[in-house]
Amino acid sequence: MAISPETEHPIKAYGYASRDNSGSLSPLTFSRRATGEKDVRFKVLYCGICHSDLHFVKNEWGITKYPVTPGHEIVGVVTEVGSKVEKFKVGDKVGVGCLVGSCRSCQSCATDYEQYCPKQVGTYGAPNFDGTQTYGGYSDHMVSDEHSVLRWPENLPLDSGAPLLCAGITTYSPLRYFGLDKPGTKVGVVGLGGLGHVAVKMAKAFGAEVTVFSTTPAKEQEAIEGLKADHFINSKDEQQMQAARGTLDGIIDTVSANHSIAPLLNTLTPHGKLVLVGAPEKPLEVAAFSLIMGRKTVAGSNIGGIKETQEMLDFAAEHGITADVEVIPIDYVNTAMERLLKSDVRYRFVIDVANSIKAAE
Amino acid sequence: MGSSPETEHPVKALGYAARDPSGVLSTINFSRRETGDEDVRFKVLYCGVCHSDLHSIKNDWLNAKYPMIPGHEIVGVVTEVGSKVKKVKVGDKVGVGCMVGSCRSCDQCDADQEQYCSKMVQTYNSHADVTYGGYSDHMVCNEHFIISWPEDLPLDGGAPLLCAGITVYSPMRYYGLDKPGMHVGVVGLGGLGHVGVMFLKAFGVKVTVISTNPNKKEEAVSKLGADSFLVSRDQTQMQAAVGTMDGIIDTVSADHPLTPLISLLKPNGKLVLVGAPTKPHELPAFPLLAGRKLVGGSLIGGIKETQEMIDFAAKHKITAAIELIPIDYINTAMERLQKSDVRYRFVIDIANTLKST
Repeated sequence: MAISPETEHPIKAYGYASRDNSGSLSPLTFSRRATGEKDVRFKVLYCGICHSDLHFVKNEWGITKYPVTPGHEIVGVVTEVGSKVEKFKVGDKVGVGCLVGSCRSCQSCATDYEQYCPKQVGTYGAPNFDGTQTYGGYSDHMVSDEHSVLRWPENLPLDSGAPLLCAGITTYSPLRYFGLDKPGTKVGVVGLGGLGHVAVKMAKAFGAEVTVFSTTPAKEQEAIEGLKADHFINSKDEQQMQAARGTLDGIIDTVSANHSIAPLLNTLTPHGKLVLVGAPEKPLEVAAFSLIMGRKTVAGSNIGGIKETQEMLDFAAEHGITADVEVIPIDYVNTAMERLLKSDVRYRFVIDVANSIKAAE
Repeated sequence: MGSSPETEHPVKALGYAARDPSGVLSTINFSRRETGDEDVRFKVLYCGVCHSDLHSIKNDWLNAKYPMIPGHEIVGVVTEVGSKVKKVKVGDKVGVGCMVGSCRSCDQCDADQEQYCSKMVQTYNSHADVTYGGYSDHMVCNEHFIISWPEDLPLDGGAPLLCAGITVYSPMRYYGLDKPGMHVGVVGLGGLGHVGVMFLKAFGVKVTVISTNPNKKEEAVSKLGADSFLVSRDQTQMQAAVGTMDGIIDTVSADHPLTPLISLLKPNGKLVLVGAPTKPHELPAFPLLAGRKLVGGSLIGGIKETQEMIDFAAKHKITAAIELIPIDYINTAMERLQKSDVRYRFVIDIANTLKST
C-alpha cells in the first residue's frame, strides 16, 4: 500500500495545499507525527502569507514536490508537550518561523546560525530527518521540536505579529549584523511591501533616519505618514537619485523583481553596505570600481537563527512593532495569492486559521 | 603664452612620460613647485611599476591627461624640508604611494581614510590638480603623505609595498581576514597576489592561491609559502574547495566570473575585490543570501595604515619579489607586464639610470 500524506503519520491533520504548479490551493487531509519527547504540539491560530509561499506553490524555484502546504509565519497555542520539553507548557502562545530543524552539531548550529546549517529543515516543502516532507502553517495544527519554537511575547498581537516570523527576522537580522542599528544611521529601504514596510519600522525603532526607495510614487504618503519614514525617493526619478548620492550608510533591498543596483550603490557613503534580502532571478550587474572606489559592499542575508528570531520578537514587543495586515479566512487564500502577485496588499495577508479552517469533507 | 610642464613650476625636473594612449614612455623635462613650509623634497631612488601605471598610460580608464608621468611606489632620500616639517629630516629615507593630497577636513580624512576623500589627489594623473609621479628624478610632497622608511626594509624590494602592499593589507584588516587560523584565498598571483600571500602568512592565516595557471603552483607553495593551490578552471578541485574559505582577496583585473569564487566561501564569507576588470561583474543573489556572503571592494589604504603596513612588513621581513630595471627598459617592461611576464614586480632603479641626456 502506498504511503500518502494522509497515512504517513499517525495524527490526522488538515490544511490547504497546492497540488500542481498552478499554485491553486485547496483543502488537504494529511497527517503529522505523534508528539515526541522534545516536541511541542500547537493549534494554529494565525499564519502570515509570505511572498515565498507564492513562489513555492508555483514551483518557481524548481524544488517543489506536491502536494505542498505552505506557511512559515505561524502563531498558535500549545496543546501538548513532550516529556522532556522545558520551555513551554499547554496553553502558551508560540510561534514558528521558517525553520523547524537543523543538525544541532555543526559550526553554524553551535553559533546560533541554524539558517546556515547544511542540514536545515524548512517549515514546509522540505525533507525532514525522517524522510517525509514538512507541511507548513496553512493547517489546523503543527508539531515541532522545542528548539525551533518561539515564545510569544505577552503584549505582541497574534495576528499582526505573525509576519514578523519571516519578514521581521529577515529585516532585523541584517540591520544588526551589518551595524545599521545605531541611532542616527542613515538607512535606505528599497521596496515597500511585506519586507519593506517591516524594515522601515525596525530601522526607525533603532533610531535610524530612513529613506524609502520605491518605483510607485503613490506609496509616498504611506511611507512618510503611515510608516514614519523620513524620506521617500522615486527610484525612477534621476534627479532625486542624484541628490541622494553618497548619503546612506546602508540599504536593505527587499525587491525580488530584477532591477539595477548600480544607482543604489551610488547613494551609499564610503564603506556603505547594500544588503539584498530579496532574491532577483537574474544576476545583478556590479562594476568593480563602484565597490572599490568607496570600499562599498553588496551582501545577502536570509532570515536569522532561532535565538535571534526570539530576540527580534522581544524587540518588536518592546517597541510596539507589528506588520500592517489584512486578516482573511482561509478560503480566500487563492484570491489573496492573485492580489499578492499584483502587490495589491498593504502589506501582508494573515490567515485567521483557527476561525476558518475546517476538516475537509 | 601657455604654461607647459617645463615652465609651470620654478624647479626643473626630469622624468619619463607617456604622451598618448600608445603608452610609449620617453624622456620629459618638466618642473615641480618649490619646497613649501610643510613640504618634503626628495631624490627618487626607486619606483615600482604598478599595473595601474600600464592601465593609465594607455588610457584604459578613459581619464588620461597627457603628458603623463606615472609611478606611485616611490622610495627616495630627503634633500630638503620645509620649516614646519617634523616627520623627517634631510638624509632620511622616505616613501610616497598613491596619494599626495586630500581635503584633510572631511569625515574620511578625519578617520585616516584619505583614499575615500572626494578631493583626494592622486600621485599622478590626478583629475583636479596636475600631478607627476615617481618615474622622475625627484619629488616634492606634503609631509602628511610621506611614509617614513624603516631602517631594515630594503628600498628596492620594499617600494612595491606602497601600492601593492597596502592594497592587500588594508582589506585584510578591514574585512577581518587577518585572524590566525582563518582560511583565505588569493585569486591571481601577480604583483598584488604574491604580496597578499606573504601578508596573510604573516598574520597566521592558511592561504590557498587560486589561479588559472597551473605552472604557478610550485612558486606559490615553495617560494611564497601558500598552503595550497587551486586551478580555477579545474571543476574537481573547485568543487572540493566549496565552502572552505573565510575570505578571498581577488586581485585579478581581467574579466572573470565571481560565482565560482562565491561558492568557495563559508557562510558569512567575504569576497574582496582589489582588481578592477572593465566589464561589470555579475552577482547572483541566491548564493549571497543563502550564506550571508558579501562582495566588497577596497582601495589602497589611508596614510596612517600605509605606515602601519610598512612597519609590519619591515618587522616580518616582507618585500616584493622584484626585477630591477634601468629606466630605458621601461617600454619593454610594460610589454612584458601586459603579458604577465614578470615575477612579480618591475622596479625602476631611478637614481642610477635616469639621467639628463
